[in-house]
Amino acid sequence: MIRIENLVKDFGRMRAVDGVSFNVERGEVVGFLGPNGSGKSTTMRMITGFYPPSAGRVTVGGHDVVESPLEAKRLIGYLPENAASYPDMTVESFLRFAAEMRGLAGEARNKAVARVIGICFLSSVVRQTIDTLSKGYKHRTCLAQALIHDPDVLVLDEPTDGLDPNQKHEVRNLIRELGRSKAVVFSTHILEEVDAACSRAIIIDRGRIVAQGTPAELRAMSDLAGAVTLQAAGATEEKLAALGRVEKCNGSFRVYPKDRSGSAALTRAVVELAAREGWTLEALRTEEGQLDEVFRRITQPDTVRP
Amino acid sequence: MRAIQIIAGRELAGYFASPVAYVFLVIFLLLTGFFTFTAGAFFERGEASLAAFFGWHPWLYLVLVPAVGMRLWSEERRAGTIELLLTLPVTAWQAILGKFLASWLFLALALVLTFPVVLTVNVLGEPDNGAIFAGYLGSLMLAGAYLAVTCMTSAMTRNQVVAFILSVVICLFLILAGFNPVTDLLVRWASPAVVDTVAAFSVITHFDGFQRGVLDSRNVLFFLSVIGFALFATGVILRGHRAG
Repeated sequence: MIRIENLVKDFGRMRAVDGVSFNVERGEVVGFLGPNGSGKSTTMRMITGFYPPSAGRVTVGGHDVVESPLEAKRLIGYLPENAASYPDMTVESFLRFAAEMRGLAGEARNKAVARVIGICFLSSVVRQTIDTLSKGYKHRTCLAQALIHDPDVLVLDEPTDGLDPNQKHEVRNLIRELGRSKAVVFSTHILEEVDAACSRAIIIDRGRIVAQGTPAELRAMSDLAGAVTLQAAGATEEKLAALGRVEKCNGSFRVYPKDRSGSAALTRAVVELAAREGWTLEALRTEEGQLDEVFRRITQPDTVRP
Repeated sequence: MRAIQIIAGRELAGYFASPVAYVFLVIFLLLTGFFTFTAGAFFERGEASLAAFFGWHPWLYLVLVPAVGMRLWSEERRAGTIELLLTLPVTAWQAILGKFLASWLFLALALVLTFPVVLTVNVLGEPDNGAIFAGYLGSLMLAGAYLAVTCMTSAMTRNQVVAFILSVVICLFLILAGFNPVTDLLVRWASPAVVDTVAAFSVITHFDGFQRGVLDSRNVLFFLSVIGFALFATGVILRGHRAG
């Protein structure tokens, strides 16, 4: 549904997005990760046609966003960063406005408004003006606006920003649900969301894609991936060191594999060693790797940038 | 067309959802009343015309029209809703026109509410109602021109106050361009052709035609071209922000 080829965006002399290419098909939920200022929002603004690209091409459902913007925009539902919406409108009138702008009128409009009010749990605030709403409700109102025309493509810029843990959970479930029938791209810097909602993740740093893959593939890039953590009475560092590099962390030992491929073999070897030495196993865990460690390793924090 | 209507409808409803509309209408009517009857010496003139009423409009609008239009784009940019608006399936032109028309309609409503002054002059004498109609049309054109300029300055900045001040300055120029003190200043270093060109930009000369009851297509064209140019500039400025 979304095809992005060599997308570039310059602001003056600064290059915000530098040659980004990826596709999103129907039925996929793609998480767009990156530190602040890495070009996530800029890329999303180019997908939705708000920023014209400096170079490269975006097509949505076969329509070039620059050449036939109206056709492309009709297919997209967009939640902008910070969920901007008109503060002096009531939730209901705002959603009606969005529905009418999407070409829905009369009964179809009322149905669409009622549907998104249900999906986004807004029924208790429909008559309130948006500036009186809490951040969570504001966010869901703007999300409702993005869903009003049941779009094929959803572009969500930090959809869970500012929500409490329950609301975050709801929104993630909603995204996963929507992803079955639509092409969804959402940006976040909360890594657990990648596991919770994405079928694929793209990590972007300083305008370039630095890694992409399924959450499991990304986790496997971690140093920790395949390591075995062991807590056992009688265990010693010296004995374990034969199997690989050993690290001691609060009472347990972590053994790193010598090569990445042999994690199952390493677990077996640790279990056999424990049996041979007569250690009493209290805990044994094969590490999957941690996304935040991968994230930190492949992106540069903005605090050390020149 | 439909999109323009929806955008205009939302914008117009926005005026009445906040105190802006009521405050503006009350102040506008109070000021037109004051200028017409007190400063304009409506009764002392002893003539059945609305010259005392329309004569003040260029100066009254100088402050009031930028106040109505200053938020049009600067507020969208400050609140970030411009991103929402321009990613809906509308062209920038539809959005610009919709917003402009909403504010213009609001100013037209304010003008319509001055009808008691027309009744008064008709009770007291036998005015040329054709001239009064032309005067109203000219006044609406003038308001539209100021408003389009305010649209443009509003697109330049996120700050409504800056938009207001810029707009007042440009509109003041549009008034003063034909004023003698200004033309005298220009004559010192510019050729007469330049001075005449600058003077031709003055809204006063074009507005005077309407006040006299003359519907001259050149005057209509002048105001429509100011509106057209300012709205075109609005589009260019908005695109400039996004192009980076």
